Amino acid sequence: MSVLIDAITPVLGSDFRRDEGLHPSSIVSYIVSREKFAEASKAMKKAHALLAAEWAADETLFGRGFGIYACYRWGAEYLIIKTEAPLDDANFPSLTKNFLPAYRFERQIHSLMGVTPAGHPDLRPWIKFEDWPEDAWPLRKSFDASKPMPRVFGEYKFVRAEGEGVYEIPVGPVHAGIIEPGHFRFQAVGEDILNLEERLGYVHKGIEKRFESLSWHEGSRLAGRVSGDTTIAHSLAYCMALETMTGCKVPERAQWLRALFLERERIANHLGDLGAICNDAAFAFMLYQMSRLREIMLRTNHKLFGHRFMMDRIIPGGVTVDIDSEGKELILEELRKLLKEFNKLVIIYDENSSLEDRVRDTGILIPDKARDICAVGIVARASGLNLDCRTQNPFPPYDRVEVNVPVLISGDVHARAWVRVEEVRESIRIIRRILETLPSGGISAECGIPSPDASGFSAVEGWRGEIIYWLQAGPDGGINRCMARDPSSVNWLGLEQAVLGNIVPDFPLCNKSFNQSYSGHDL
Amino acid sequence: MIRILKQIIRTGIVTEELPPEVDAEITETGAKLEEAIKKRFRRSLTIRQVDAGSCNGCELEIHAINNPIYNCERFGIHFTASPRFADMLLVTGPVTRNMEIALHRTYNSTPSPKFVVAVGDCGCSGGIFGESYASIGSVDKVIPVDAYIPGCPPTPAAILNGILKAVGER
Ligand code: SF4
Repeated sequence: MSVLIDAITPVLGSDFRRDEGLHPSSIVSYIVSREKFAEASKAMKKAHALLAAEWAADETLFGRGFGIYACYRWGAEYLIIKTEAPLDDANFPSLTKNFLPAYRFERQIHSLMGVTPAGHPDLRPWIKFEDWPEDAWPLRKSFDASKPMPRVFGEYKFVRAEGEGVYEIPVGPVHAGIIEPGHFRFQAVGEDILNLEERLGYVHKGIEKRFESLSWHEGSRLAGRVSGDTTIAHSLAYCMALETMTGCKVPERAQWLRALFLERERIANHLGDLGAICNDAAFAFMLYQMSRLREIMLRTNHKLFGHRFMMDRIIPGGVTVDIDSEGKELILEELRKLLKEFNKLVIIYDENSSLEDRVRDTGILIPDKARDICAVGIVARASGLNLDCRTQNPFPPYDRVEVNVPVLISGDVHARAWVRVEEVRESIRIIRRILETLPSGGISAECGIPSPDASGFSAVEGWRGEIIYWLQAGPDGGINRCMARDPSSVNWLGLEQAVLGNIVPDFPLCNKSFNQSYSGHDL
Repeated sequence: MIRILKQIIRTGIVTEELPPEVDAEITETGAKLEEAIKKRFRRSLTIRQVDAGSCNGCELEIHAINNPIYNCERFGIHFTASPRFADMLLVTGPVTRNMEIALHRTYNSTPSPKFVVAVGDCGCSGGIFGESYASIGSVDKVIPVDAYIPGCPPTPAAILNGILKAVGER
């Protein structure tokens, strides 16, 4: 039984083709007309699906025009609906009427690919800045990415609130701390936030275009640098998409080691975040304690795997490092100490009333809104949505290691912190299980090269949430398109909603509790 | 409260004199750095960090030099929120086209004499992102750079070491 396919079949009638080039074959993709593309989204909305991603690919090298793709999700199911637009009539019907995250996905498609979402209410450039030439569409094949672009005059119009006592606060792009750049525009009355508008794109490095000039193998290095704090999950998602296309059978041991790395990355980042959240509530004690625990993990990583963040340890076909029994012992000992200290710190967090005062009922993202923006990951789980690729689309060993997913409904800063607390404990349990039952065997296999026009899809639960990769092989067998969707691409929308009605001084705290990636969003 | 105090006492001082796994250089670095900072900056070196396009990997390690184990404050190094108070800019990332203007402005807001240190392979050479329509490449293509700290990302020890170079060699 498939909820999404059942919902869409009556709408499409016989008016569709199945996309046979997509891997894995368990994921269905239909190619439909442009009208049906819009109708399908209505049916998906009715079926309570979420819009996981929307993107375009320049398929002129295959003698086609642009391919526009919408990926829907319902529980464990993904369904991709594709439509095509010719080069001289580059538009498609906007999905914004049915899905909020389409606002940004489509602005991005419009800005970087030059395909117009007809009916989109706000076509200001996104990621593309006002000083780019208007016809600079870097994701098109005809665009020469190696040349610098001239600066032109342009203006970005922010949303403005007017009225007595309303004033505006611009923040960024260079922020006060050691963090990534982005711009926030507040409209406020007194201390209360009336509106927050994010302006992102400052760290746009041209990553998606860059993929197209790399070999498949080099691609995994670049994927590991889409968002440096999530290097494992991104390179894993990239490799899994590629491996489905080439039919590569990753050795079991390598799959388990990948999960080990993924869970270690999750713990290290959650520890850092918990410290930083408390620090923004003026509780520096926790920052130092948590960053000490984090440092212990990074050092173990360095000792065992040769890199503090384990960058480039996941490659197409497997992993580059193994673990011996001594290494296992080291990790078990490290985790034993870590958990003991962590539990003590959590009690301190829980009992501190002045901290509680700051984190409870602050920055609430109510479950309905979280659903509307199609939130993923920690943000979703703190707002009542039970979403986790590890349980819903489990790849080995997650199909054998049981994962308990914490879900809270209060949607406030505390909920986002507490989901992390529970996940640290759960990940420690998972790592112990992995080390107990780690299968023997090799750690990598030959990955091979995909055939022309094949495409591959993967979804991996990184520490922030679901990461999606979609790869397409060109006619020459190289990378024609690599679409990377970091959780931040949707969750940034949640921050705008969560801060409404809060006071300006609580913004850093709210922001820290989301801790979304700028680099992963800007690409 | 009592739990907090207990935890603090139990933890003790974890700052390492000799970060292990790193050659003896770092202790030397620490001592030299302290001396240089005392001499040149009257005991305090104030740094403004600017992410000009990084993947955030370098930022994590710059954060780490503030953790109790590396504890950069003991050398008189601290990070400031405003470039106007800064002696040094620590710049990461390939400079993106979209950050170029902001980086210029930050540089111009920093009072002279100022040191600029490029951090990470990307800051030093453009790294894996290279030069393109969106990425200008190394930091020195946009502002003058005094010292380079390569690595992807450089370890906290390497970052501390690199800061010494900038301070000690000028
Ligand atoms: S040097 Fe490495 S860690 Fe630093 S910004 Fe570049 S890719 Fe990221």
